[in-house]
Amino acid sequence: MGEEKGNVKWQMNQKCATIGFHANPGSKAVKTRVSLFVTCIVDQVFPQVGIAMTQVLERLGYPVDFPAAQTCCGQPAFNSGYPEEAGIVARHFLNTFRDSEYIVVPSGSCASMIVHHYTDIFANEQKTLEQARSIAPRVWEFSRFLIEVAGVEDVGASFDGVVTYHDSCHSLREMHIKEGPRRLLSKVQGLTLREMEPAEECCGFGGTFSVKFPEVSGGMARTKIESILKTEAGTVVSVDSSCLMQIQGAIDRARLPIRTMHLAEVLAGR
Amino acid sequence: MTGQPSETINQTLGDARLQLAIYSATNRLMTHRAGAVRADLLPDYQELRTEANQLKKHTIEHLDHYLELFEKNVIAHGGKVVYCSDSQEVADFVLGLAKERGAHLIVKSKSMTTEEIHFNERLEKHGLEAVETDLGEYILQLAHQRPYHIVAPALHLTRYDVAEIFSKNLGVENEVVIEKQTKIARAALREKFLHADIGVTGANFLVADSGAVVVVENEGNARLTTSAPKIHITVAGIEKLIPRAQDLGVFLTLLGRSATGQPLTVYTSFLSGPRRNGEIDGPDEFYVVLLDNGRTKLLADPEKRQSLYCIRCGACLNHCPVYRKIGGHNYPWVYSGPIGAIITPQFHGVLKDPWLPFASSLCGACAEVCPVKIEIPKLLLKLRSEVTDAQRRQGVGGVERLAFGIWAWVMTHPRIYLMLARIGGIFLPLLPKVGPLGKWASQREVPKLAKTSFHQWWKAREVPK
Amino acid sequence: MVESARGAQVNSREVVLGNVRKALDRAAGLLPTTLTAPRLKIPILDRGRYTTLFGQNFEKLGGKSFFVREPREVAPILSELLQGKRAVASNAPFLAACGITGLPQVQSGFTDREALRAACVTADVGITSADYALAETGTLVMLSSPEEPRLISLLPPVHIAVFPQSRMLANLDELLAVLPNPAEQTSSMVLITGPSRTADIEQILVRGVHGPGEIYAVIV
Repeated sequence: MGEEKGNVKWQMNQKCATIGFHANPGSKAVKTRVSLFVTCIVDQVFPQVGIAMTQVLERLGYPVDFPAAQTCCGQPAFNSGYPEEAGIVARHFLNTFRDSEYIVVPSGSCASMIVHHYTDIFANEQKTLEQARSIAPRVWEFSRFLIEVAGVEDVGASFDGVVTYHDSCHSLREMHIKEGPRRLLSKVQGLTLREMEPAEECCGFGGTFSVKFPEVSGGMARTKIESILKTEAGTVVSVDSSCLMQIQGAIDRARLPIRTMHLAEVLAGR
Repeated sequence: MTGQPSETINQTLGDARLQLAIYSATNRLMTHRAGAVRADLLPDYQELRTEANQLKKHTIEHLDHYLELFEKNVIAHGGKVVYCSDSQEVADFVLGLAKERGAHLIVKSKSMTTEEIHFNERLEKHGLEAVETDLGEYILQLAHQRPYHIVAPALHLTRYDVAEIFSKNLGVENEVVIEKQTKIARAALREKFLHADIGVTGANFLVADSGAVVVVENEGNARLTTSAPKIHITVAGIEKLIPRAQDLGVFLTLLGRSATGQPLTVYTSFLSGPRRNGEIDGPDEFYVVLLDNGRTKLLADPEKRQSLYCIRCGACLNHCPVYRKIGGHNYPWVYSGPIGAIITPQFHGVLKDPWLPFASSLCGACAEVCPVKIEIPKLLLKLRSEVTDAQRRQGVGGVERLAFGIWAWVMTHPRIYLMLARIGGIFLPLLPKVGPLGKWASQREVPKLAKTSFHQWWKAREVPK
Repeated sequence: MVESARGAQVNSREVVLGNVRKALDRAAGLLPTTLTAPRLKIPILDRGRYTTLFGQNFEKLGGKSFFVREPREVAPILSELLQGKRAVASNAPFLAACGITGLPQVQSGFTDREALRAACVTADVGITSADYALAETGTLVMLSSPEEPRLISLLPPVHIAVFPQSRMLANLDELLAVLPNPAEQTSSMVLITGPSRTADIEQILVRGVHGPGEIYAVIV
């Protein structure tokens, strides 16, 4: 059912594109359709992040679609030592997004899984490997898409308050996303960005790591929170919801008046 | 996850003093490193890392050639090379030599390789005295502990711990001033140096084209170990080879900076053979023990053999948020931190400590600072899958595998996914299997599932208005 | 099976090399692929600035440096440094040329290991020359030889190195360019970068743990 709807939407967008229609009357050119991969964690726990991302992209004039068969990128199994099981899910992703031109993801970690690790999983399966290779350049982490494809830094957002930015590890070290989110935040009206020291230290989530080593993971989160507290920022922003879930969980346990927000939520704010 | 030392890990986590000691030491080492590789001071840092990686890759892939070249050149300068397969052979060689020469006292400078083979204990059993001379190692030897860190072995001890260890073992007054503690050690060890029959060192590099052993240090104990006694024995892993003396330009530039932020450590000794004609001092005999001890097992895997590139700078430990929480002694072997987590399973087999490759959030900080660019997270992932494979062959870990099997099935059946999702079921197969949810929740508030999933939101939105 | 009785005869050469070759799937005697030329980067600096640069870096490490124009200016500086102290000097001809070996506090001319060692154990100061000095890192380079034994710069708590400015090089890479294979020249080349130090207890820096805690450089 969901799939059918997705296809209808897709066809509609194609049609709009060919006859010169576009969602944003202010933009100069017809823009290419983008497909959202919202990730399982955003879908189930933080749908507001996906909604915010949709709003920002549509305001910029992008026709957005949502391939309804999507589930997960497969990372939980891959990181737990089950590449075969991860491969089953990865293949499903490849099929679901086969025809997408731009796949925008609100997570550097999930994007990295697709861009970097699918080729490891399918190293010995020539045909799937080709598919993985062909999809990698079409996968865009959200902030990078805004800066490098949409070519914007100021999305017209406003926010009242001080925020600090947490560099999530896979975004930073596997996707090399560091300046982009900061540039986007710097253009948000009313927002003050105050860096924590160190911004680059892991929050301790690590997927199943946080389940297998809960005390170590919890200790890492508390260290992260100490760095956040020193900035006196009221909001922690990141480009990965899983890190934010970890940080928020520890903040709530410590009963601190700090909230976490995905970059998309800040950029959707008016 | 069997055999996980969670009790001792929790002890470490709960020890505020120890946590502070680990944090301040690793912080300092990180700050020093960052200051030394800054782009304005070392503009070609990244190219040097690439070069170091390529040189190590080349050497490891042609290791037999470089071992033989090294051996030839050691012999040419009057030294001897002894190949040993394991720790027993090293002990046999040293014991045999000590017996022939009537030697009793051995001074040692810091060497992870001899830690690996319990060198001191083996020799002591046969009535030889082997004394560690690096200050940190000396303290640890007196306290019967193993190194907490590759570079800063006693970073977990305070001056008060040292005072207690010294007064108990050396019969000195309780002394808590660090300068004075250092003087006590200097005096005690000076005696040992002057009476030692044999000096044993490790090696940071073995230079094939020169037949030379390179040892870097700050205290001067390695210089004394190699200058005062009449016999110098180097015990080094076969992976320590580099092709040419001129390659030291790359490796020394990276090693000191990565380890302690020093452009060069205080002493770098380039030693090739016994003293030559006319020289007044220096050893009369020069031996290099080339140790396998499992290294050829690592060599056999084209991807994992990069673990052998390690130059033991310790940067990955300092930057590892897990090491910084659990410290060095919770790792099962002398090599701790990320490098320990990748080499220990390869030396001991993945089933000995199956939890080890999983004790990482895969944050990648280790790989970012590794001067020889070992892809540590990638190897951890590979080892994780080797653990689950080995467990399957052993018929264990089936519950977790089954859980991931079900999970994968759900994730490839969108309708089931959507149905289960609404009752929180998509994570259910995983959570109780990979670890009790209660333990996870002991550390944080469990997030609530959203009332409306994105899937549902999108579907509702698509209904024409 | 190797037994202790075989002692120093232990040698598993063929076993270890065989395992290496098996792991790498290589036959004995295969040559490696060619290696790119060593990466040596020697900055083009005004050589006149090396001495100043060396001095700055040497002092940053906790050493003290002197720069004199003539060999005859060395002895007065040393007399000052050696007041009330006993020193051992190496047999380097340059030290004699500077008149150091003639100073009353200085013992020199050792040719016997035990005598040299005994003198070094009790001396307050060790005086040597240096074969090279590296400006970029404030490093002294010592090649051991009949004139320049190892223990003089190591056992006494103070080390003074006296050397001509002509021995000044830019950096480690230039040293390796000048001495592509140090083993051909000496059995022991030691790079000394600052006084002996440790930070093994609580990361607190302490100088002079096993080697000299004070070092001086006199550049002529």
